[in-house]
Amino acid sequence: MSAVTAEHDDHHDHGPAKGILRWIVTTNHKDIGTLYLVFALTMFFVGGSMALIIRAELFEPGMQFVDPQFFNSMTTMHALVMVFGAVMPAFVGLANWMIPMMIGAPDMALPRMNNMSFWMLVAGILLLASTLFMEGGAPAAGWTLYPPLVLQTGTALPFAIFSVHLLGISSIMGAINIIATIFNMRAPAMTLMKMPLFVWTWLITAFLLIAIMPVFAGAVTMLLTDRFFDTSFFDAAGGGDPVLYQHIFWFFGHPEVYVMILPTFGVASTIIPVFARKPLFGYASMVYATAAIAFLSFIVWAHHMFTVGMPIAGELYFMYATMLIAIPTGVKIFNWTATMWKGSMTFEAPMLFSIAFVVLFTLGGFTGLMMAIAPVDFQYHDTYFIVAHFHYTLVPASIFILMAAGYYWLPKWTGNMYDERLAQLHFWLSAISVNILFFPQHFLGLAGMPRRIPDYAVQFADWNMISSIGAFIYGPSQLIFVYIVYKTIKGGTGEKVTDEVWEGASKHGLEWTLPSPPPYHTFTTPPEKVPTEHF
Amino acid sequence: MSENVEQKNTKLVRKLVFIVLGMFGFGYALVPIYDVFCDITGINGKTDTEAVTDVKYEVDLGREMTIEFITSLNEAAPMVFRTKTKKMKIHPGQYYTVNFYAENKTDKKMVARAIPSVTPGPAAEYLKKTECFCFSEQTFEPKEGKTMPVRFVIDPEIPSRYKTITLAYTFFDNTAQR
Repeated sequence: MSAVTAEHDDHHDHGPAKGILRWIVTTNHKDIGTLYLVFALTMFFVGGSMALIIRAELFEPGMQFVDPQFFNSMTTMHALVMVFGAVMPAFVGLANWMIPMMIGAPDMALPRMNNMSFWMLVAGILLLASTLFMEGGAPAAGWTLYPPLVLQTGTALPFAIFSVHLLGISSIMGAINIIATIFNMRAPAMTLMKMPLFVWTWLITAFLLIAIMPVFAGAVTMLLTDRFFDTSFFDAAGGGDPVLYQHIFWFFGHPEVYVMILPTFGVASTIIPVFARKPLFGYASMVYATAAIAFLSFIVWAHHMFTVGMPIAGELYFMYATMLIAIPTGVKIFNWTATMWKGSMTFEAPMLFSIAFVVLFTLGGFTGLMMAIAPVDFQYHDTYFIVAHFHYTLVPASIFILMAAGYYWLPKWTGNMYDERLAQLHFWLSAISVNILFFPQHFLGLAGMPRRIPDYAVQFADWNMISSIGAFIYGPSQLIFVYIVYKTIKGGTGEKVTDEVWEGASKHGLEWTLPSPPPYHTFTTPPEKVPTEHF
Repeated sequence: MSENVEQKNTKLVRKLVFIVLGMFGFGYALVPIYDVFCDITGINGKTDTEAVTDVKYEVDLGREMTIEFITSLNEAAPMVFRTKTKKMKIHPGQYYTVNFYAENKTDKKMVARAIPSVTPGPAAEYLKKTECFCFSEQTFEPKEGKTMPVRFVIDPEIPSRYKTITLAYTFFDNTAQR
């Protein structure tokens, strides 16, 4: 009996294991969060390099550097790496680091599964990357993997499909873990409607994930059996229908894009009140708006398919349903604006990135509304206009907010302050170049330049050149972030940060009541009180 | 307390895994749901896959429509496939026969299947075929060419907004699958 007790005590006392094994076998939410974030940042640069290959080829008309097949592989792999390797893992990393500390829990609910889901992610991405070296090249049919084109992929097809399976299982396990943590591990004082919005948005995102990833897994499995086992889900010769794939894919695909944006909303709702030194405006409406967006995401999928041929009633239904999304999204934009209204604002890097997010995401949202209009979508469909639209909702939205989150929590994670001057430089370079990069693509799309082409008619030359210049400023600017993170881990500015780091932050979140950096195990006993400033 | 949380976790995870499995099944259920939905609404331009019985319609001589025929081959199906009749004027309710010609260009026996598609899609349900080579797979001997008839009628119930109907056939080479 006493031996058991002793072992039990040991378990509570040990710090991190030594050496490389600490990272391989870790079940600590902070370690796994770090692993996810470092992995996501690495993949951000891998996917970014692919984007630069695309922009280099499109710098001027004609074929310059790569052959068309490889170009198409680049557009496909860039998207898959950025979606499944960079943005989603980055938010899972933030969830791992912050959710237990935000709700007063000692760790994630299922620590071993947590470790497993990270390493499955690595395996999935490696499997996907390996297709680049296969006969016939990496998948080149676009990240949507539409049949019949995708079925012409060479040796890479089954590897890409299994990689999607692994990535799917990994994010399902991550989602289950997050739901279990939020439902079962909260400090008693942390009632649902007192949770920070980052926790709320992740809870809803996690439910989206467990609902959609299995559908996607099913769709790619059907592709697999169509190719290798003579089924005819999407093969017209056997009575199937390729349009069916598009329906199944977008049933997954539309909620999937909200998987990448809802946690973004959560982080923005966390940062803006702190730097405006005011409570968040309309906490409850933020929660309900998030839930409303999540619900609507399931019933609008066919707006991605207006041009495949749909009866007029279908076009009208999907058009109006899509436009409805603007209402809860508008609630959020106005809430953030109202939070800043008459606040005592300061403009440190996290706040700058968050404000840029509010402005530029709104722009991306507006082009989304334009495309929701079925008759005019016939002009925009599969042009650079859609490319501009979703990059505005992903780069200066999700990526900017991830940068904001990095600057916001880095002092807490490391106990050191980052270099604010360099961070300001990073922000201004990013904010300006991202617009040089993506804004001209609206014009290209409206003028009729199709997406996913390695060469184009000469009338598109000027805006493509400007766009490529923007890309070659934006990409390298992100290296400043890597340098800042590295320097901060190594001691930063030398200034010792307080527990609270940002003035008044401890009124906004439990994590700011912990020491900076927090000890390896935190909240082994739940906190008595929780901050209520965000009401 | 900790044991209590573990039990709660197990129960919750079980429910969540159940949702995951359910959604995986739902993905597959979308296949028959899609077929049934299209069948009821007739929105994807698919015609009947079996011959309809010969019904005597009242011929609407006062109304003339155009029907167009398109023949195409999937990917590189090694065949010839054409029709002499590219388009014709018809009256709803009247039966017509149009001949299609398909030929196997290879030295091997070939199994091929023609898939019809009607544009505009919702008009498909008014196009009735009593005879069509698309109802079953066609077997071609080496170098064999066949003339194949399609006998059809347009249901006079067809709404007046339809002036032109296009019937497209695509031949798929299914030899490898057999």
